[in-house]
Amino acid sequence: MNDATPQTMTYREACRQAIRDALQADERCFVMGEDVGLYGGCYAVTKGLLEEFGPQRIVDTPLAEVGFVGAGVGAALAGLRPIVEIMTCNFSLLALDQILNNAATIPHMSGGQFAVPLVIRMATGAGRQLAAQHSHSLEGWYAHIPGLKVLAPATVEDARHMLAAALADPNPVLIFEHIVLYNAEGPLDPAVTAVDIAHAKVRRSGSDVSLVTYGNGLPKCLAAAEGLQAEGIAAEVIDLRVLRPLDMATVTASVARTHRCVIVDEGWKSGSLSAEIAARLAEDALYELDAPVRRVCTREVPVPYAEHLETAALPQVADIVAAARGLVRAA
Amino acid sequence: MADFLMPALGADMETGRVVQWLVAPGATVKSGDVVAVVETHKGAIDVEIFLDGVIHDLVPLNTPLPVGAVLARVALPDAAPVTATPALAQTPTLAPALPQQRLTATAAAAPAPAPARPRISPAARQRARQLGIDPVTLQGHGADAVVTLADVERAAAARSAAMPASAVPPARGGGFDPAQMRQAIAAAMARSKREIPHYYLGQSIDFAAASDWITRWNADRPPEQRLLPAVLLLKATARALQAVPPLNGFWENGSFRAGDGIHIGWAIALRGGGLVAPAIHHADRLSLSELMEHLRDLVQRARSGGLRSSELTDPTITVTSLGDRGADSVYGVIYPPQVAIVGFGRVQPQPWVVDGQIVVRPVLQASLAADHRASDGHLGGQLLAAIDKALQAPETL
Repeated sequence: MNDATPQTMTYREACRQAIRDALQADERCFVMGEDVGLYGGCYAVTKGLLEEFGPQRIVDTPLAEVGFVGAGVGAALAGLRPIVEIMTCNFSLLALDQILNNAATIPHMSGGQFAVPLVIRMATGAGRQLAAQHSHSLEGWYAHIPGLKVLAPATVEDARHMLAAALADPNPVLIFEHIVLYNAEGPLDPAVTAVDIAHAKVRRSGSDVSLVTYGNGLPKCLAAAEGLQAEGIAAEVIDLRVLRPLDMATVTASVARTHRCVIVDEGWKSGSLSAEIAARLAEDALYELDAPVRRVCTREVPVPYAEHLETAALPQVADIVAAARGLVRAA
Repeated sequence: MADFLMPALGADMETGRVVQWLVAPGATVKSGDVVAVVETHKGAIDVEIFLDGVIHDLVPLNTPLPVGAVLARVALPDAAPVTATPALAQTPTLAPALPQQRLTATAAAAPAPAPARPRISPAARQRARQLGIDPVTLQGHGADAVVTLADVERAAAARSAAMPASAVPPARGGGFDPAQMRQAIAAAMARSKREIPHYYLGQSIDFAAASDWITRWNADRPPEQRLLPAVLLLKATARALQAVPPLNGFWENGSFRAGDGIHIGWAIALRGGGLVAPAIHHADRLSLSELMEHLRDLVQRARSGGLRSSELTDPTITVTSLGDRGADSVYGVIYPPQVAIVGFGRVQPQPWVVDGQIVVRPVLQASLAADHRASDGHLGGQLLAAIDKALQAPETL
């Protein structure tokens, strides 16, 4: 694509182009997962790739996560560059042993002799009435594990370019693609050909309160910031992008500007990524805080199927606005 | 062990630097000793310590430090409570409420209910410490009435409305910049006029008795023992304030706080412009001769340098007298957070009615500008009347 003018693209298409690029750029690279070939992917991300690259590189697997993720770890150890797709992160728990005990640990156990350049893509999140077993946000759990990098692209640009950076990384990298974002459209600047997987980004500047989020929390926080603006509250929106290792420098710098922080996370509160960020602010930025840290998270229930209940369980724009307003305005 | 902290020398001071240590590490200091010369952007001030002990860990010279920064450590005698921070006493707004030490014997009885801890955000606490503000005294405007950063900044802005501090000649390390002092005065006075609802009262005072008394007093005394009329004005004002305490103190955070004594800030014009109003402590307790001595010393030090930190932070009211070359009357602008300023014009021969006859008398125009939040005109009138009454009996002063 040599067109120099910014174009618009869906998040799904950005993911697909990223995979196609990777397959074209490196013959060691292949895609493996449930329904990625003939069916074109549960969320249609890999649609058309089987026809283009053939069954050697677009591999449909049995419904056996521990098996094909383990095969991915082995392939990576053997020098390939596998892109393993797990249909939803809920199913990744079946492969947790491979991810934690092998992928994340072998480089350490081997004294650095073996790298595991494995990329695992997973769909995450709720909002499409897929019920509890297909709707959870488990990226915060994976962010607990040393040896992994955990990415959460929230923009078309990150969806388009994070994969290449992940493949270039010698460590196992998990990419969490939010199911609600697949249909989202966004601008893609052809001039940007790469992104880093090290830093959080300030997506909107503001002086009154920091909204710290990632993934599908980003559009919600941007909408909340817009609403807060109308009330005279300038919210800064931080897109974490990388959940492990956390770029707390960007977060604390923002809090040092705003002195107030709302963390928006579709995970549950208890023992979560949002808890980790709040704890680190308490440890490292307490004297910047002019108000308690607030969290807007998913209610601590299995995500409901019924639409109105699912909506009620998830962080919504109004919840974020209310939390931020409560910190900035006197009660 | 206690810390000797950078004092807030005037309400608009944020940082200062030690330009001279007058003690060596390991020296024994006692409360009231001048131990350092601290320069602010308005000049160099002799800073007293209010600790007894052995001083050490002196900070290096010429390092800019915020108000409240540790300048030195003082090893206290064993008997002294370790938690005491008497250095803070020189800046009343700094003094934190020390936790009550509860004796173990009484703790066995029913423990007293703990007082509610003031809710102050961590950022507000930090900033307050930097600025030398006691956040406990502030009114919180955050959610649930928490004292926030904004409350501290507001308090700091209110304080920076305060007094232009002192001038210092270049010989003392200098730093006095007339333009900067002008700025400080501008800020303080603009703040005063913006925030303080002044009311003004004036009174013509027959100064004949005072004038005659001074003439008699001075007649057979050598020059160094003679008195200026100013000491009568000071003493009369101090005496009057004893009768009207609500004009002697501070308006802080929405309420009046009485001064811990009558410490009159005497406005002194500086050569080259600017002014300073250092305190004459406990003016009501000093004899006229002592007052004269203090006044001479204060004017001399204000103009040549060497004002003490406590003199800049303690005044509970200001008195301004423009003197013989001044105007007939002066209506002052209150120096926040004080609540009143008394002004004296020059003494002029005026027609005056005595027993139905017009006679010529030396007449003094006294004025009061006072903060209507803290007092009303009725009370202000009492102060001027009391000053008048005192000046009619100078021998009692």
